[in-house]
Amino acid sequence: MDVLFDILGSANFWAAAIRIATPLIFGVLGALICERAGVLNLGIEGIFVAGAMAGWLAVYLGAGLWGGVLVAALAGALFGLLHAFLTVILGLSQHVSGIGITLLATSVSYFTYRTALPDVTSPPRIAAFQPLNIPGLSDLPFIGPALFQQTPLTFLALVFVVLVALVLYRTPLGLAIRAVGDNPASVEAQGLSVVGLRVGAVVAGSALMALGGAFLTMSAFDAFFFGMVNGRGWICIALVVFASWQPGKALLGALLFGAFDAFQIRLQAQIGQVVPGQVFLMLPYLLSIVALILVARRADYPRALLQPWTKGQRH
Amino acid sequence: MTDAPVLLSLRNITKRFGALTANDAISLDLHRGEILALLGENGAGKTTLMNILFGHYVQDEGDVRVLADDGALATLPPGSPGAALKAGIGMVHQHFTLAENLSGLANIRLGTEPLLSFGRESAARAKVKKIITESGLDVDLDRRVADLTVGEKQRIEILKALYRDAKVLILDEPTAVLTPQEAEGLFVVLRRLATNGLGVIFISHKLGEVLAVSHRILVLRAGKKAGELVTAQADRRAIADLMVGKAVAEVVRIPALPGETLMEFDDVSLHGAGRQALSGVNLKLRAGEIVGLAGVSGNGQSGIAALISGLAVPSSGTLRLYGEAVTKASPRDLVTSGVARMPEDRQHDGVVGTMSVADNIAIEEVRSPAFSKMGLLDRKAMRERATAAISGYDVRCPGPDAEARLLSGGNVQKLILARVLEREPRVILANQPTRGLDVGAQAEVHRRILAARDRGAAVLVISEDLDELFALADRFVVVHAGELSDAGSSESLDRGTIGLMMAGQARPPVGIAS
Repeated sequence: MDVLFDILGSANFWAAAIRIATPLIFGVLGALICERAGVLNLGIEGIFVAGAMAGWLAVYLGAGLWGGVLVAALAGALFGLLHAFLTVILGLSQHVSGIGITLLATSVSYFTYRTALPDVTSPPRIAAFQPLNIPGLSDLPFIGPALFQQTPLTFLALVFVVLVALVLYRTPLGLAIRAVGDNPASVEAQGLSVVGLRVGAVVAGSALMALGGAFLTMSAFDAFFFGMVNGRGWICIALVVFASWQPGKALLGALLFGAFDAFQIRLQAQIGQVVPGQVFLMLPYLLSIVALILVARRADYPRALLQPWTKGQRH
Repeated sequence: MTDAPVLLSLRNITKRFGALTANDAISLDLHRGEILALLGENGAGKTTLMNILFGHYVQDEGDVRVLADDGALATLPPGSPGAALKAGIGMVHQHFTLAENLSGLANIRLGTEPLLSFGRESAARAKVKKIITESGLDVDLDRRVADLTVGEKQRIEILKALYRDAKVLILDEPTAVLTPQEAEGLFVVLRRLATNGLGVIFISHKLGEVLAVSHRILVLRAGKKAGELVTAQADRRAIADLMVGKAVAEVVRIPALPGETLMEFDDVSLHGAGRQALSGVNLKLRAGEIVGLAGVSGNGQSGIAALISGLAVPSSGTLRLYGEAVTKASPRDLVTSGVARMPEDRQHDGVVGTMSVADNIAIEEVRSPAFSKMGLLDRKAMRERATAAISGYDVRCPGPDAEARLLSGGNVQKLILARVLEREPRVILANQPTRGLDVGAQAEVHRRILAARDRGAAVLVISEDLDELFALADRFVVVHAGELSDAGSSESLDRGTIGLMMAGQARPPVGIAS
């Protein structure tokens, strides 16, 4: 029990939880937009890698940090466009295409990295984003270091939560995206383009996913490693279900996962001699499976998820 | 009526799908304030014509002209639902095009406001409220569409069109999903809308309702215009013949002579995942009697069908066949003990599409000595039976080796009839026996079912078509929300009573013994 309170009582733990949650927030928002429009994007894991690599490489080659963020988003959008072409326009299986995109994006990223830097042995570093110092807030005791000493990308992720919720629930565009994921016929009958909406959603969602990857190389770390995404994309796919496709709950899910992960790292340090470290590594994943079992059985899936659409088709 | 300006004009519309000409040079005019019925059997080309009008299909020849704001008729660009909407054509599809996760108001607004804006919800609400007051299409705008009844969903669909200032409203088989009362309510709304200047095209294959609601009738047959008449001067018999193209023999039903009870539901309840629940159902199926099961679909019909088909056993209560309780869910046992089933979705559950007609004829009895010798299939016997069925039941197909998926709906149903009736079953479940069939095939199916009854079979007919039930049933039961009520002999009943019972609003007439 003492261990628990020691961990929860440290500002450092909360800061870590938010930091770990940041890429997941981007990823889960991106996946949420795609799925709300009716397209499952299993390319997410590869798009994370592409975003991580492209953003980092751009900065390494001389672009500014925000330039790197933009490049990462573009890389994600590009793979999103490919996924949209295969699944929305050609109507192919979203599962197969998504896995293909993940494999392709991952290998293309590794290949590009190796080709661009043929001679390096240890990963080169860039000057990454530094924590912002917000006058007043960052200096508060406990709260300051726990919540307000994050890098700009973390705050950007939070801004996107609000933005995505706003668009989804308060604009005609959001209405159309929610409708096209439930019944594309409703959108077509009202004179809107099913293909246009879905392609747009997949491209935008994929760009957001790539920002999650960019956070890893440009904020959490300052270099690109192989295997650094390490299943974060897949976790986002599970978190979307956990979140019932709602941005607010997506944020909550990502933070919960971040907290578990930060917790297990600290627990490992404290009682790691007794229990093998791998058990702790499993902890957040086990918990997300348990959470899914509890939540997903009642999940209200977008009805048209996974279903390709052809013009003039009736259901 | 013809003095009113023309709102919409179709000129020589022709549409071919491969060798099939779905629409052959069809022309029609629709005037302001007019309800035009488009009447025809399934496959006559009604829906194709409307899909061309709405831009879902592109016609091969001909054009669509709509009254423009300047008072002239402007040609509509083909293949564009957007252009049709803009020109003031609103369509209510047979299958609703609603996003069920959104509210009714959201569905109405969808696509009417600039995507990148905050929308105009309050202005939209005010406009819809005004339309509701004028038309009488009362519905809760803020409920999720998923929680609305079918009739309410249809009202949202009509409001969608009116919200976009539709001049022409097309309704494709609008009453197929409604109770008789809801249908009557719809007719009232349509007449009111027409009085306010809307032009309405009402697509249907039900003669009765067409006569009730329309001003003018256009009859389509096999893709061609078979006739055009003013409703007030039309004769029911003549229109039916126009639709079918030949005189249809009336099916005559002689009074039933019910015998012993063959199948009995004794306080049967059924619940479980994915099934429509039943609670406390009592029902007797007697030899030589047809029981008609009426109800709005989704109220428990599939549960009753599953029980009779051996796909389920009661959760509580007893189902008895020939006096013995059925305790095991076994379709095969039921089939061998003389239960015949005509499934609701005949293409999906009735035949295996990729297998031949002969295979499908034998499929329920492959273990019987008639079709197997020493554990091996007797192909010759199967083909002989199939050949006999094809001629005896008029199944139109290339032969016993043709794949069942190539048969039309009516011929699949005849194939199923041949399969189940040749065994002389004692209990027959006919679930939606003529849905989607044309008048000719329908009469044939009815004749066969009546013949089976006269032979002494106990029959349960499940149908959403009250005309069909009145044509076949000796006795009515009505299912609503999983509960069955006995409505009594068909002679003592009228459609209104049945309709109220279907809506769960009325108890059966007093004093009827079950």
